[in-house]
Amino acid sequence: MGVDFLMNKPRDRILTGLSIIGLFTFLYWAKGNASEYQIRLLNNCAIFITLAVSYNLINGICGQFSLEPNAFVAIGAYTSSLLTISPAEKQVSFIIEPLIWPLSVISLPFWLSLLAAGVVTAFLAFLMGFPVFRVRGDYLAIVTLGFGEVVRVVANNLQNITNGPLGLKGLVPHTNLWWSFGFMIFTLFFIWRLTKSSFGRAMKAIREDEVAAEAMGIRSFRYKMMAFTVSGFFEGIAGGLLAHLITTISPALFTFFLTFNLLIIIVVGGLGSITGSVISSVLFVFGSEALRAVEEPFSIGSLQIPGIPGMRMVIFAIILIIVMIFARQGIMGRGEFSWQRLMDGLRRAEGRLRNSR
Amino acid sequence: MTFQMFLQQLINGVSLGSLYGLIAIGYTMVYGILRLINFAHGDVLMVGCYFAFYALLIFSLPWYASFLVAILLTALLGIAIDRGAYLPVRKAPRISALITAIGVSFLLENLALVIFGGRPKAFYRPPIFGKVIEWGDLHFLTLSLWIPAITFILIIFLLLIVYRTRTGMAMRAIARDMETVRLMGVDVNRITSITFALGSALAAAGGIMWALKFPQIDPYMGIVPGLKAFVAAVLGGIGNVIGAALGGFLLGLLEIMLVALMPSLGGYKDAFAFLILIGILLFRPIGIMGEKLPD
Repeated sequence: MGVDFLMNKPRDRILTGLSIIGLFTFLYWAKGNASEYQIRLLNNCAIFITLAVSYNLINGICGQFSLEPNAFVAIGAYTSSLLTISPAEKQVSFIIEPLIWPLSVISLPFWLSLLAAGVVTAFLAFLMGFPVFRVRGDYLAIVTLGFGEVVRVVANNLQNITNGPLGLKGLVPHTNLWWSFGFMIFTLFFIWRLTKSSFGRAMKAIREDEVAAEAMGIRSFRYKMMAFTVSGFFEGIAGGLLAHLITTISPALFTFFLTFNLLIIIVVGGLGSITGSVISSVLFVFGSEALRAVEEPFSIGSLQIPGIPGMRMVIFAIILIIVMIFARQGIMGRGEFSWQRLMDGLRRAEGRLRNSR
Repeated sequence: MTFQMFLQQLINGVSLGSLYGLIAIGYTMVYGILRLINFAHGDVLMVGCYFAFYALLIFSLPWYASFLVAILLTALLGIAIDRGAYLPVRKAPRISALITAIGVSFLLENLALVIFGGRPKAFYRPPIFGKVIEWGDLHFLTLSLWIPAITFILIIFLLLIVYRTRTGMAMRAIARDMETVRLMGVDVNRITSITFALGSALAAAGGIMWALKFPQIDPYMGIVPGLKAFVAAVLGGIGNVIGAALGGFLLGLLEIMLVALMPSLGGYKDAFAFLILIGILLFRPIGIMGEKLPD
């Protein structure tokens, strides 16, 4: 259970390293040859994988059902943006009330703003954790949902910091494939190692039976807080990356919709499975694009079928309900990918092919 | 602030509070029986309003008939949601039911978006509700008097059902111990469906009155009242019907008072309800009238 499936044997390490090199080679090719639309999709993919994996940490691995991502992504996005936008641009955007000092004169490099975004979000997660983890189950969900609403309302009203409903614009599109995928690899690596460590085992114990875990000496509040803060850190940085991808942010962007999408992703992928979240995020991003076809008018032969806007989300909602009723464990359940299992699977397939002859 | 202004805000607060109370009762009844927070409750409210809107529009029924029809249809919708989505996950861990509830909520919102369109529609306000009463410096609609009155009648009606009928007794019994009630030969699923029907009907009534008060309906109108009604239910003691009504009134009054006393903070009034929730959960999780700790 604490066995690391990707790094244990030297063979596994080589394979993982090769895959990462392969990924970056692909990205290098894509930078030169893929269309802007495709690059955008890939960036989206990477950011969603990062978000899904960090959301899965608190929801699936620690078992605390929280609805916080839209709050943390918003905080990270705003922090990062406020630190990178040039003072001149800020003067132009903040037409109703000027931005407070010292934010009005700061303009930090991208990586520093991301780090700040992560730290600020993690710190706020830490503060939030005290009231939030006093309750469990359904109440935890509602309280975190409430915090999301509070963050949105505050962002809408704090005219002299967030520019209210007007939002921030004029962000430099710093986010490119290297940043998004690089950070994704770092997130995957960090959360993978965390899950396989004793901290991760404690979180899983809390998920399975909190009372028994406490009886075994696990201070559940400490580990829940750890999961929450780590989730906050990564979600915050992902928020900063997202902001610099779409170059304009406003409070309307960070509604419950975002949390709902992430929830579908981790549920369909399998709560508690990092691999599942990765697979499911990719399916979600590409599936959304594919389902866009449903919203446009299309024709089968000579039949003209009008597009139904909004049908995409109806389909996603139905998928979520069906998964919950019929296949609660999702795609991967709680299992993870391992090179060993892949090898065994391949060997079995090869054996079957050979025997059938 | 003058006494006149205070009275004006008091009337506003009472009518807003009644609406929160009505919707909160639906939440609290379902939670009492199933230990499930029905995220879709606010959206059921929204569908009720649309039913009323279209009953008026398409079938040209007089307003009282179309409101009644809408309430009945919404009750049926509540039963459908229970049977279709919540019954299959009854045996599953609580998180599954919660996620399903979120899924149903989203489904209702987006179905309404697809079917009815996203543009807000104007809700018809019958003249009997629209007359303005002037009393000294106070101006208010007759609606502001009708809402608390109708709410009061509905709550009495519901309390009669819960405390004086066998079905109500079954509901209260299931809230204590579902398995034993099953052993006693009661059809738990039927009682649960009835609970959903009642809760949804009340939500529809609350929603229609909300639409009379703020005469614009759109697919997302149910979210915020739904969440605030949940806070009201927790405030009053989740699982307790009278508590839900009380919590609703209290929340409505507090919200209006906040806006009246500190108008510059008016934009934060939605966040205010959540701060109250966090405060309650920190200092008195049982709520005002609760008897058992929410687990």
